[in-house]
Amino acid sequence: MTPELGQLALILALLLALAQSILPLIGAWRGNRALIAIARPAAAGQAAFVIVAFALLVWAFLHFDFSVAYVADNSNLALPWYYRIAAVWGAHEGSMLLWVLILNLWTLAVAAFSRNLPDDFVARVLGVLGLVSVGFLTFILFTSNPFARLLPMPADGGDLNPVLQDPGMTFHPPVIYMGYVGFSVAFAFSIAALLGGGMEQAWVRWARSWTNVAWAFLTAGIVAGSWWAYAELGWGGWWFWDPVENASFMPWLVGTALIHAQAVTEKRGSLRAWTILLSIFAFSLSLLGTFLVRSGVLTSVHAFASDPRRGLFILAFLAVVVGGSLLLYALRAPKVAGGKSFAVVSRETAVLVGNLMFTVAAAMVLLGTLFPLIGDAFNLGRISVGPPYFGFLFPLLMAPVVLLLPFGPFLRWGRGEPGVIGSIALRAGIAALACAIVAAFFVHGRARALVGVASAVWCVVGTLLYVYKRYREVPAGRRYPAEMAGMLLAHFGVGIFLAGVLLSESLSVTRDVRMAPGDTQTIGSYSFRFDGVKQTSGPNWTGSQGAITVSRDGSVVGVMHPQKRTYTREQVQTESAIDPGVTRDLYVALGEPMNPNDLGGAWAMRLYVKPFIRWLWAGGLFMMLGGFVAAGDRRFRTRRVADSERTMPAATNAGERLAAARESHA
Amino acid sequence: MKRLAVLLAVVLALFAELAGAQAIEPLPFKDHAQELRFQHLTAQLRCPMCQNETLADSNAPIARDLRHEVFRLMQAGRTDDQIKQYLVARYSDYVLYDPPVNPTTWVLWFGPLLILLAGAAVVVVTIRKRSRSGAPPPAIDHGDDW
Amino acid sequence: MSRLLPFFAFLALCGLFGFGIWWNSHHDQTAIPSPLINKPVPDFALPELYDPAKVVTRKDLLGQPYLLNVFASWCIECAVEHPLLKTAIPALGIKLVGYNYKDQPGDAKAWLARHGNPYQVLVADVTGQTAIDFGVYAAPETFLIDAKGVIRYKRIGPFTPEVIEKELKPAIAALAKESQ
Repeated sequence: MTPELGQLALILALLLALAQSILPLIGAWRGNRALIAIARPAAAGQAAFVIVAFALLVWAFLHFDFSVAYVADNSNLALPWYYRIAAVWGAHEGSMLLWVLILNLWTLAVAAFSRNLPDDFVARVLGVLGLVSVGFLTFILFTSNPFARLLPMPADGGDLNPVLQDPGMTFHPPVIYMGYVGFSVAFAFSIAALLGGGMEQAWVRWARSWTNVAWAFLTAGIVAGSWWAYAELGWGGWWFWDPVENASFMPWLVGTALIHAQAVTEKRGSLRAWTILLSIFAFSLSLLGTFLVRSGVLTSVHAFASDPRRGLFILAFLAVVVGGSLLLYALRAPKVAGGKSFAVVSRETAVLVGNLMFTVAAAMVLLGTLFPLIGDAFNLGRISVGPPYFGFLFPLLMAPVVLLLPFGPFLRWGRGEPGVIGSIALRAGIAALACAIVAAFFVHGRARALVGVASAVWCVVGTLLYVYKRYREVPAGRRYPAEMAGMLLAHFGVGIFLAGVLLSESLSVTRDVRMAPGDTQTIGSYSFRFDGVKQTSGPNWTGSQGAITVSRDGSVVGVMHPQKRTYTREQVQTESAIDPGVTRDLYVALGEPMNPNDLGGAWAMRLYVKPFIRWLWAGGLFMMLGGFVAAGDRRFRTRRVADSERTMPAATNAGERLAAARESHA
Repeated sequence: MKRLAVLLAVVLALFAELAGAQAIEPLPFKDHAQELRFQHLTAQLRCPMCQNETLADSNAPIARDLRHEVFRLMQAGRTDDQIKQYLVARYSDYVLYDPPVNPTTWVLWFGPLLILLAGAAVVVVTIRKRSRSGAPPPAIDHGDDW
Repeated sequence: MSRLLPFFAFLALCGLFGFGIWWNSHHDQTAIPSPLINKPVPDFALPELYDPAKVVTRKDLLGQPYLLNVFASWCIECAVEHPLLKTAIPALGIKLVGYNYKDQPGDAKAWLARHGNPYQVLVADVTGQTAIDFGVYAAPETFLIDAKGVIRYKRIGPFTPEVIEKELKPAIAALAKESQ
């Protein structure tokens, strides 16, 4: 019975989504207050039904309802309860439901925190979000129903892919969807602005904190995914440039450009059309990611089971949503370059250059990801594009961004002072050079490690110089507004990230070794002693667990326990042991016994020493934190906008005149 | 029904492969430099049978065989390029994660440069236009106007 | 006009995706076209499965076209394909050579005893070393080789009646035409 209720809830949610999208959009167009007023209740109702549907699916998993095909496919009696909950989004159908759930949570939040925005604007925003929801609910109901019955009901289910039975994988999908779907808000705001007209600048101020939060979630999701790949896949790598990873990375790159472009548009009125276009791009790339992962168009390590019908549906949906908005952009985007002018040396220029590089990088990732498909289409033969391609071009494209990063805060809007720039470049440059020279004694002349140290110091010192400048020049209390603090945290994080990436890439050591109990292997100053393997078991697996004692200079650092597990359905999964540290990770993965019949004998094993690898996730977390902190700025919690200001097309001009008047006073 | 059973077996086998996907294999390298070279080279080559995995990472039987082949060729004194050519002659360019620059891949390799140049042109024009028009920009920092 | 640029770029992208969906529902994504097509068969010297003392080489098979079918007892899809090798292929009137890939001879013989042996010549590559020269990466795979020892066609994955009709038959017919 409950599965049917779930399906019913989804159908009702779809009907409310239709009401939420069509009626308020008509209302805002016709100026009909009654229709406009439908937006919020419809959004709340839709969210309620989606939450009910999701809860019923969770319930089905918790109660082993194997009459539901999706539950039977992805869980079994031995699976612990926390992984049964994670199994809700462990495969295609449930993850789509999670997508819609999160879209509804965002919509609900927009409905709740938009009391001081004009009603017709909010109606348009909720209408656009409703349209997106209509697409996804239709998709679920017609091609990917998680509540489909399986008859006769099996006595026990299949299994959740053991790769997904990991805490990192439990959190990764919800967080990354928070980011993906969060860009729908910026998208809806920009579409609402296009539909409404005359508010090219105002919408940006309202959208900024939403965009920052979405970006921060996406950052957190990518960090979690990368951490999971590192800890769980056992390859010791943290980024593979797989199509699925690229699918999440492209919206991040465009999103990064967007949060900077929004700052320009909000504060100076420039780049209005570009900011709208970026908002459309960011969300389109999120949709594209969903499409790529599920259509089976590209080969990827962790793609969902593909089905051409699903692919066609998402493609049609993509065509309507993205094509429609790009057409709307072409027709309605502000034609005249607005806003204040700026000099060649100015913050606007720096943001523009940064935007250019991020956008080109996203385009490069898109091209590389799709090129195998282009190869098929134009009969160029089957071509693989992998880490060597992306790993070569991406750093080249990001180098200008890293070089510009310290100057951003020092550069003033409108016109920066070249003298200040010179002195910052000198000081950060000297610091970077000095640290690189010191580091040279430790890294044995490995160029990449030196570049890592230099670029990290360049970013961190540049950022700290600005922190110090504000500390010296501005009275306490006004020194670090949230928006600025967020920016500084994120820029600081870039430095930490760079150090982590370049140092771990160039200094890591990997050894595949054969070890009998009692054997010792040495990597750098660490020696690994193998103390044999014993049998162990968990709730739904049995396995072999090795013991490796690691010591350094004669004193024991720790004992590591890598495992090789066999799950209920005979899937074999390696659980690596990681000894984390600030300056290095030790990482041991258990391979096969050299003689399959002698588990007590020698084993193949992989040992890693990975210096500073943790820094790259730490850097990512700083960026995420920056996004959240900046979103909390009080400036974004806008007062009620006077109706006269927003309906008058001259509103921005009035604002500019006001600003000009203030400047002439100063 | 039989077809389903076969299908199921295939699916399960695939899963088992993905789940256990690791290639831990001690090989008798001459020295550490050769081991590094081997790791670097196998990380640039694609396992022909797998979804999207390097020879270094894949646990598929063919990946193991090809790793051994790479190792054997290395011991025989072949250079990295010769080893790549050896594999390409048998398995096509598909095995190279680093596609060679030739007319079929010009779009791939030079496309980003073209986009960059076009974008840079737009940025330069925009900056020039905006720096010439309108009133002179402010020169005084309001403190909060950062 | 420049405002429409993103829209047109997106249309091109949609076209590409549409193509991708169509392409992947008609092609095996895991099949890599062999660079050995229209190249001579690599030199090999493999023992016969049932008579390891007897070695078969490339030269021994020259003179008439043949199919070289790569199979193994551990390969699930080979068992799916096998009935066709016993019925549809002999009907084409072409010599069928078996290539037992990475198998224990005992396992292979037991498998053939169970499923039947349609091969006129049967060689064994226990290590899979020679198979690398053929660009074999999974089983089943089948090569069509002409009388001069040149590879003319390769099937990756099991034959189906449809593939035999649409791909193999025309390829064999082309060979027959040449020899006339």
